[in-house]
Order: sequence, then C-alpha cells, then structure tokens
Amino acid sequence: MRKITFPIGGVHPHDSKFAAERPIEVLPLPAVVYVSMAQHLGAPAKPIVAVGDSVKTGQVIAEPGGFISAFVHAPASGTVKSIAPRKDLAGNSVMHIEIAVEGDEWMEGIDLSDTLVTAIPDDPSAIIEKVKACGVVGLGGATFPTHVKLAPPPGKKAECLILNGTECEPYLTSDYRIMLERPKEILIGAALMQKALGGCRCVVGIEENKPEAVKVMRAAIAELGLADIEVAVLRKKYPQGGEKQLIAAVMRREVRSGALPIDAGAVVQNVGTSLAVYEAVQKNKPLITNVLTVTGAMLPAEKQHNYLYRIGTPLSFIIEQAGGVPEGAAKLVSGGPMMGKAIANVDATTVKGSSSVLYLDAPSTVRKEASACIRCGRCADACPMGLEPFLLNRLCKAGDLEALEANAVQDCIECGCCIYSCPANIPLLDRFRIAKGQVIGAIRARAAAQKQ
Amino acid sequence: MTGTILWTILILSGLGLVLAVVLFFIAKKFKVEEDPRIDEIEKTLPGANCGGCGFAGCRAFASSAVAAPDLEKHFCPVGGNAVMQQVAAILGFELQEKAPQVAVLRCNGSCEARPRVNVYDGLASCRVKASLYAGDTLCAYGCLGCGDCEAACAFGALKINPDTLLPEIDEEKCTACGACVKACPRTLLELRNKGPRGMREFVACRNRDKGPVAKKACANACIGCGMCFRTCTHGAIVFENNVSYIDFSKCKLCRECEAMCPTGAIHGVGFPKPLDKDAVKERIRKRKEAANA
Repeated sequence: MRKITFPIGGVHPHDSKFAAERPIEVLPLPAVVYVSMAQHLGAPAKPIVAVGDSVKTGQVIAEPGGFISAFVHAPASGTVKSIAPRKDLAGNSVMHIEIAVEGDEWMEGIDLSDTLVTAIPDDPSAIIEKVKACGVVGLGGATFPTHVKLAPPPGKKAECLILNGTECEPYLTSDYRIMLERPKEILIGAALMQKALGGCRCVVGIEENKPEAVKVMRAAIAELGLADIEVAVLRKKYPQGGEKQLIAAVMRREVRSGALPIDAGAVVQNVGTSLAVYEAVQKNKPLITNVLTVTGAMLPAEKQHNYLYRIGTPLSFIIEQAGGVPEGAAKLVSGGPMMGKAIANVDATTVKGSSSVLYLDAPSTVRKEASACIRCGRCADACPMGLEPFLLNRLCKAGDLEALEANAVQDCIECGCCIYSCPANIPLLDRFRIAKGQVIGAIRARAAAQKQ
Repeated sequence: MTGTILWTILILSGLGLVLAVVLFFIAKKFKVEEDPRIDEIEKTLPGANCGGCGFAGCRAFASSAVAAPDLEKHFCPVGGNAVMQQVAAILGFELQEKAPQVAVLRCNGSCEARPRVNVYDGLASCRVKASLYAGDTLCAYGCLGCGDCEAACAFGALKINPDTLLPEIDEEKCTACGACVKACPRTLLELRNKGPRGMREFVACRNRDKGPVAKKACANACIGCGMCFRTCTHGAIVFENNVSYIDFSKCKLCRECEAMCPTGAIHGVGFPKPLDKDAVKERIRKRKEAANA
C-alpha cells in the first residue's frame, strides 16, 4: 500500500485513541440548552426569536449576520427562556439563546428515518442553498460556513474535493467512529459536494492508524458504485489534517502564502461536514447534532465515550453524564491536545465545532520552565509551513513587524509543532499568535488603503 | 631606521592635511541646511526618547515642531508645561497650557475581591493571556496581573503589588507618557487630569457584565446600578454598557457618587480628608426632599 504524507515538518505524538472501540451513544437531552450565536467563523448570527416563544427541534432561531456567517437552529423543542450574553469556554461573554427543553418535537419535513437516500439532485445551486439553510459549517475545527466554500469565486474551479478523515490530533475518535458507522452517508455527502462544485474527483484522506476505517470506506465506495471517489492512505503524522498539509499530501501541490486552497484547485471538507451535508440535503435535517469524544488517559475503557450530542448541551451536563471529572485530571480541553482550547468554564455550552472533552493529567499538560534557546533547530525541522520559529520568536520579542511579515509569521497555522519539539520549553506559539494577528491586520489595512 | 620613521610620519601627516582640506570643502559644498531651532528645542526637551509625545524620539519631535503651523499636535508630556513654554518661546508661539495628567488604573479587583478560579501557566504576558482566554478570574474585563504595563514604563512609575496583583502608580514618577495605556490589552490604564491639588474621582472598573454576573466575579466591581449616574448633579457621569465612567472635565469633585456607590468601585484620590459617606448621603437626601417639596 502506497502511503503518502506532506513533505516538510510535522511531529509524531502518541495517538492515544483510547475511545476508538467505543460505539457512538446518543446523549440524553439536558433540561436546558444554551445556543451560542458565535459558533461559526465570521459574523455572529442574529436571533430571530423572542423570549417566551416556543420553538420546535430544527427550527431556525437565528439568521446569518453577514456574508460569512450561518443559520442557527433550535437543538431541542421548548420555550425560549432568555437571549442574553453568557460566558463561553474561554470566559468571554457571547450572546446565547437559552431554551428550556420540553420534550423533543421536531419541525415538519425533517426525515428522521434511517433509509439511505442515494439520489443526487441535479441542480448544484439547490444543494448549496440547502446546505446554507441548514446552517452547515466545517466540523474539522475552524467552523467555516460550508456553503461559502462550496461556491468558489468566479474563474476558479475545484479539481479535487478532499475529504479529511485523517483525525491527526491524538485522543480524538469522533471522525473515526462516524466513518465506521455511517460510511455511506459520508460518501453520498461527498457526492453531493462534488455535484455542487460542478463535478470533480474526490479523495478521502485517512491515516494509516485507522485501517478499519479505510476498509469500511472502500467497501462502501464499491457498494455505492461511486467511480470518482477514492481512499488515500496517509502516513501517520501531525498535522496531516491541516488544510494545506492535506492538499500537499494528496495533490502534491503547495498553496501559496496568502492564497486559498481553491487557488490550488482544492476544496477540503471534514468527514463530519460531509455527513452534515448528507443530512441537510437528503434528509432536510439542520446541523443540530455532532459527535464528541470524552476521553483521557486516566479513564478506564468503559468510561471513554463517543457521544452524539445536541449542539447547545452544556459541557457540565456531558461531563456529568460521562461520570464526572476523573481524579488526576489537571486540565480540561475542548478539541485535541495539540490545538484544542483549555476549558476555563465548564458551564459553557457546546458549539457546532465541539469535538471533545479531553482530560489531561499534570505531567502532560503543565508547562515546564523555559530556558534559553540553544539554536538546535528542532522547531524549524518540525514546522509544517517551513517557517523558522526560533527566528520569529526573537523578532516577536523585538516587536519588528516588518521583519515578521518578511519571515511569513502570517502563514503560521498554529499547529503547535514548534512548542511540542522545543527542548528548552520556549512558549513559541504564544508569541506568534499575537504577531500573526498584528501582521495580518497591517496587511489588511494596507490592502484597504490601496483600494481607496 | 630613523629615516623610515621620519618618512612615515611625514607621509601620513601630509596625507592627513590634504584629506582634511578636501573634507573641509566637501562639507562646505554638501552642507545640509537645518533649522538651528531644532537643536535648540532638542536641548530643552528631557531627552528620555520615551515616545510619549507620539514621535519616534525627542529629535523627531523637535524637527516636526519646527515645521508645524502651531503647537496643537505637539506636547511633551514628560516635560509638561514648563518645557513647552520654552519650546513655544523658541518658535514664537503662544502656548495653550495643558492640565497635567497622570495614569490611573480602572480596575480594583484585588486577589481578595476577585477570586482566582483557574490556574494560568502560560507565558507571563498580559497580551498573550488576553489572546488565549478571559483570564484566571471570572471577570473578562479586569487586570490580568502579568505586568505588561510595568515592563512598558520607562520611568519606573508602575509596580505590580504582589498582594493585590494589581499595578500601583507612583504619582511622583508618572509622566503621563501613555506607554502603559498602549501596553494594557484591556485598556484599563487611562490618562486623566491630575485635578486641582491632585484631587480626582474615577470609576476603578470596566466590567460590562450585568450586575449579578459582575458581582459574582468581583466584590469591588461596578455592578451597573446607575446610582452614581442618578446622583450626579453635574452631568459628569457617562453610564453605558452596565458600567459608569466619570468625565473629568465635568467632575466638580463633590464626591457624592463615591458615597453612593454600593461596591466601592468609585475611587477618590488626593483628598485631604477621608470621605464621610453618611454626611454626604444625608446631604443628598435633604436636597432631594427639598426638590420634591
């Protein structure tokens, strides 16, 4: 079997997929759900319901607040209790709609049966409209509105749709489980996106540590007779699931600095997104559920879970259902251990992109004291974007924005490979994140000034 | 042997002489005409090159001031009115005196008032901390306590107090250069007029959360009750987004808002006597009764 990967950088953390053998369980409905208005990239959504309104499951409760934004739907039926700012998992105030759950009455027209709908609609714009109306966003982590990605700007054509089933972050198993349990739905979702993009080939990228998923997906392709979809087996390396890394691995193409994947003829979608597209177009079901992994090295096998949850379920409810915070957990993380965010507030709610509740123990998460840089160059070897983190760190300290831009800090994908590989424990990425923001701000300001 | 030494001295001296003459004429020919007042102004400036005036340093300030039509955009906060008087005299301008200013901290969430709810072990920088999350307390608006302001102050006027984890400002040393204002990611530091005899009133909180949320996060928070806004008879209080702000140009230092504030978020500084809250409250009550009658 030929195994491919991206050409530069990358690290090999232990994959720790403890929850891989645990089938997806349906999480019960909580008494209250809190639906965030900022659970996608772009402008926050605008609530269109009022306090006291009763809503049904799947009903639109907020509409897009801009071009890059998304519809938000009620994850359960009940009464709108409040529309007010509430703390998200980082502790910042975000507008939320609070719904007191009363039963689970779905909107009419949503197909809740298990029958597989294989017929692909003829009209590409109808598919994109449906995806937009159902509030589908990228579930790989960035939560970019999918309908925007499926409609490339005029003059640009997608040659290849890459389905991201790499799940290169350690611990996470939600994508693996849906590939095992719902492969046909994922593939029909891919076929729908191929249609929306005006016809192109499709490659499903899966890392070599998931042979079962490769087998199941290949069998499903054969059974459905989808000639223009193939599965590519990728060597295990982090950050394989990064958009640019996956394009480099699958298509042998590099996305220029400042360019979008579509400029290289690629559109990358997560397998979870593909499933959401299937449900939206074929079943008329909006994006109100997702799969999340509850895991940690200190948990016994029976306490590892993959839950199908309603988006808006409070994290505290999920933690409670999974048996509470285990002894020895020093940090709670939402997302993978490499790029995930620490949960500073367990009362926060789940959002469309929530992929895990991860318990990390003190030795693996508490930062060690930083010492001086010895110029070993490990960070430069590890950086998948070909940057020189040791140099960028010095430039950040000096605050030299021009030099930072010349050394492409704006291309940093924040994967954390540099920090992971640094023997001196220097907090490299922490500084880059800020510098990146400043440089991108300066680039945008310049572009805006040029336009005038 | 002596001949070699002699010749070397002669040749090098001759060379030096010839080059000196050449350099003299070149310097004459290519002389850069510079306004002599730039040097004069630079001499009067403090020479700290702190950048508080908004220019790259004292020299840059001087060259810009010479070319400017008036001194509206040029003010050396470190030198203050005394230095600016001299600068204005050199340039022949009339100086509009500015009230002396000082940095104040608009947060009073000490460790005691604002309990820590999680542990931050990242880089000890407020800017980094603010980019990651709301901080280790429940207040998403308050001081992060990593001391970016202390590091930014070129005059040693700011020090983080290890007991409260809040910066303290040394009024004597503060030159109102504004470096700390730019360094704070939460814009908690503000330059305010020092006030008559150093007396001033300000709201030491920027929490925009609703009352109960703010109160839960910090005992000293402004809870947005609006009591100060309703009490103030000078229209000096701006009450927006669940938090009050005192406009120092309108404040008459009556201290009524400070007396009425239920959480002590309003601070009075430099007053000769401590505030007698009950007396002030009584005064307000009587005034209201008179107005009703």
